[in-house]
Parts: sequence; C-alpha cells; structure tokens
Amino acid sequence: MNKMTSEGYTTADGRKIGGTLMEMKNITLRFGGVVAIKDISFDIHEGEIRAIIGPNGAGKSSMLNVISGFYVPSEGEVRFRGQKRPQMRPYQVAQQGIARTFQNIALFKGMSTLDNIMTGRITKMKSNMAQQALWWGAAQREEDEHREAVEKIIDFLEIQAIRKTPVGRLPYGLQKRVELGRALAAEPKLLLLDEPMAGMNVEEKEDMSRFILDVNDEFGTTIALIEHDMGVVMDLSDRVVVMDYGKKIGDGTPDEVRGNQEVIDAYLGVSHD
Amino acid sequence: MPDQLLFAMEVMLNGLMAGVLYALVALGFVLIFKASGIFNYAQGVMALFAALTLVGLQEGQVPFAHLINAIFGTDIHHFGWHLPALVAIILTIGVMVVLAIIVEKFVLKHLVNQEPIILFMATIGLAYFLEGFGDVMWGSEIKMLDVGLPQGASFWVEENTAWLGGEGFYGFFIDKLDMVAAVVAALLVISLTIFSQYSKQGRALRAVADDHQAALSVGISLRFIWVLVWSIAGFVALVAGIMWGAKSGVQFSLSLIALKALPVLMLGGFTSIPGAIVGGLIIGVGEKLFEFTIGPMVGGATENWFAYVLALLFLVFRPQGLFGEKIIERV
Repeated sequence: MNKMTSEGYTTADGRKIGGTLMEMKNITLRFGGVVAIKDISFDIHEGEIRAIIGPNGAGKSSMLNVISGFYVPSEGEVRFRGQKRPQMRPYQVAQQGIARTFQNIALFKGMSTLDNIMTGRITKMKSNMAQQALWWGAAQREEDEHREAVEKIIDFLEIQAIRKTPVGRLPYGLQKRVELGRALAAEPKLLLLDEPMAGMNVEEKEDMSRFILDVNDEFGTTIALIEHDMGVVMDLSDRVVVMDYGKKIGDGTPDEVRGNQEVIDAYLGVSHD
Repeated sequence: MPDQLLFAMEVMLNGLMAGVLYALVALGFVLIFKASGIFNYAQGVMALFAALTLVGLQEGQVPFAHLINAIFGTDIHHFGWHLPALVAIILTIGVMVVLAIIVEKFVLKHLVNQEPIILFMATIGLAYFLEGFGDVMWGSEIKMLDVGLPQGASFWVEENTAWLGGEGFYGFFIDKLDMVAAVVAALLVISLTIFSQYSKQGRALRAVADDHQAALSVGISLRFIWVLVWSIAGFVALVAGIMWGAKSGVQFSLSLIALKALPVLMLGGFTSIPGAIVGGLIIGVGEKLFEFTIGPMVGGATENWFAYVLALLFLVFRPQGLFGEKIIERV
C-alpha cells in the first residue's frame, strides 16, 4: 500500500481506492452502564473492502448497527460523503444508500426469492400510490425496469433455480445469498455485511468470498464486513479494523494487523505472569 | 324441482349474501393482522364509527352537539345542510385516515416491539374508547343510512328464476342491497390483491408483515406503513359500515358483528385476503343451511352458535385455517 491519504490510495495488488466515503469519529455507545463501543474512530474509503474483526463481544455488530442507524451512538459523529449525518432512523439510512445484511438472516420468509430481492429496490422506486392507481402504464414500465435489475442480480448470484421458492424453505447458505442479493438490489454506495460467512461450510464460504470480491470488482461497491474467520478476512479485505472489548486495538492492512502484538494477544490470549 | 330443494337453494343464496357482509368485516381484520400481527379488536367499532360519521356528515349533524348544548346551554343540532352521498363518503374516508394517524401516534408508536397480547389489549381499549367517542360525537340513537344504494327484492332475479319451480313458485327472493354488497366486496378484494401484489407500497406492506428489522433495512418506514394499513382498514370498515348500516340501520349492535368475524377468520386463516371472503361465505351459507336442515330438530336458534362450533372444529384439525400460512419453524 502506498501513502494513505483522504484522497485515496493504491492497494498492494494495484487497485485504486477512492477518497473517504464514511468516517466514524470518536464513536461511543453505551447501554445503561455497559460500554459496547469506546471512543472508536476509523474511516471507510470508496471502493475498498473494509473488515471489522475481533473476538466475541468485541462490539463489532454494535458498530455495524451504528453505521446502519439501528443504534444511535451516545457520543461521536458519523460522517457520510463528507457531511455530518444527523440522527436518522434505519430506513432513512437505507434511503441514503447504505444497505446491509444481518448476522441471523432477516429475510421475508413468506416471500419468494424474487420478491425478497424486489423489496431491495423499494428505495429506488419512484412512482407513488396515486400515480400507480391513475397511470397504470408508467407504473408497469417502472416495475419492468426493476424486475430486469433484479434478474441481473439473480444471474450474478447464480440463484436462478430458486427464483420462485419461498425463502423460508431454502437452506441456510442460500438464504444468506438471497439476503446479499436483496442488499445489492438497492445499488448501495456502502454495503454492510454482518458475518456473511457465519455457519457456512468451506464450499459455501468460498462461494460467498467470490461473490463479495465480484461485487466489489464489478459494481465498485464499497463493502464493510464483519467476520470471525481470520483466514477469510485476510484474503478478502483491503484494510482491517480490530476491536476488542469495545476498543480499537488495530487498524491497517491485513499484513500490518497480523503483525500487531495487541491483536495477537487478543486472539490467542495473553499470559498474565 | 321439488319445493324443498328450491327452498334450500334460496336459503343458500341468502346465506351467501350474509356471508359477504361477514367477509367485509373480516377483511379489515386480515389487513391489519397481516401487516402488523395485531388482532384489531376495534375493527367492528371502526365500522360503526365510520357509518356514524358518514350519516352525521351527510345529515349535517353538529359533532358533540349534546355535549356542547349541555355545557353552554345552547340548542344546536344541525348545520342545516345535506351533503351528497359521494361528498360525505370522501369526507368520511378523510376522517378514517386521521383516525389512523392518531392511532399510530398515540398508541402503536409507544408499543413497538411489545408482545402481541399487549397490542391486542390496546385495541380493546381503542374499541371502547371509539365506541364512547362515536356516541358523544354523533349521539346514540339508531340512524338511517341512505347513500342511494338500491334496496328491496330484485324482480329481475325473481322473474328469471321462476321457471325453475312449478306452479306456485315465484322465483328466488334476493335483496338488491345484498347483490351490491357482493359486487363491492369482490371489487374490494380484487383491488386489494392487485395493490398488495404489484405496487411499491403493497410490497412494502408485505415486507413489514414478514419482518420489521429487514423492512427497515431496505428503507421502509414502519410508521408510514402502519398509518397506511390502518387507513385501508378504516376504508374497509367504512364499506362494511355502509352495507350493514343500509341493511339494518346504524346502531351500536353493529360493533358486535366483529365477533362473527372471528370464526370467519379462524376458517379462512388470519393472513389471507381470499380466506376472509371464502370463510365469510362458508359461515354465511353454513349457518343458514344448518338452521334450515338441523335447526327444527334441536329447537332452532342455531345461528347463534353454529359459526363458533365450526371454528372450534377448525382449530382442532386445521389451526392455520383454509388459506392461512402454515407455520413452519426451521430448527
């Protein structure tokens, strides 16, 4: 990695990374007396794959929830595209172009794969109810356009065969893929993935890694992900934030982080003698 | 055809028509239950309130007239105008939307993420509040509702079915109002189905019904959807109120019809719009036919309990109803 600036940088494998897309400044999150996140700052650059790692209970998911608006930070500010973000409800954050997946899969279980991914395009749909009632043709045309975009995603994720299946019936790995599809359908500026590979077998993990890399590569989507599997993280991400007990203990390229003594201690434990 | 059979057919037809009215009330329940998992006990009272408001607006009644007169010693009752039915209906729709906004703002918003039973209790409170409020606002006397719907026996049906029987059979007796109700219910179901399947808001509505968190994450405002769905339920309540009101006058017993909607829902499934209709029809026909065939043997008055016994049987053998989603939990 060459010199890192807010204007961007070039990765070791020669990919050009853009300027700062999102900046977390001195974020603290408290639940009553429990401090889940303690004074953490980091940034996410346009076009990069940014990982947040750490042992269980480190506050990774809480951090993702702060970014996506599900939690309101007790202190600190969130800056998105150069502007301080006012306090927002999660659906407003989504409308700003931040899509996410959940650790425990939050799909619409009664709906088909196609319908699930279609809901991802709700923020993109323009015509309102009155228009739809009065001007059927225009609404129909818009529906067709969205449908086309969704079909592309279905092809991309190789889930054509389960297009009409209610997602509640799908195996876990495929559900995760549908959830990714729904997030992609919003054409997000920032894609947040909460443990995209949790509970998967090796093969499924490889598939998912490939999709994540392809999304980043083909659509140029900025991705922030949380992951337990160190091997996966190191392969996928451009830069890594390491958290432990709500604090940031490391930040940098996978190689830098790997060599960081504090990170090694957090993961392997440290003897107190 | 033998007279008995003809008579049974007429009973069945009338049962179908009564079933349509049950179905209209049940439809309002299904809409809210689907979108928010709330069993809205107040749906029947909403139908009553909508009908009261419609009559009040149409007749130019002064809202809270009794209260105002009692406090200020005045003697006002009417504005002295008479609105056309269509204008009054549109204004009433407006009132139901305002009601939806108020319910969201003062009730639902404060009960997010609460147990279903707590939300259910809240709607019971809402039912009693609304019943009393309607009373104070428009008065408690029985009112005539006339929005110009055709009433009385349909001669067309009588003439065209007379050939079925022999001497002394004058054709089936069917109220025109019931036929209108059937057509309106059909239109309502078709438009609601199109709305929920193909419109942006309809899709958002189904999404919210399925998973709140996921709905938020794709950019759906829960509060907007709740206001929307309570508005639609209010509109359905108005339609049901108009039909029942035109048939038997606007009175407080209207709110008790809601109880009949309960077995309808158990039959049709709480989450299915077509289920509400089919359930309503089955109950309507079933209770009339049962009264006709078995009734005389057991001393009659079976209409009071038939629907509930049928619902009980369904609870035992098919708890999700005819069209309800089967509850599958992956372990």
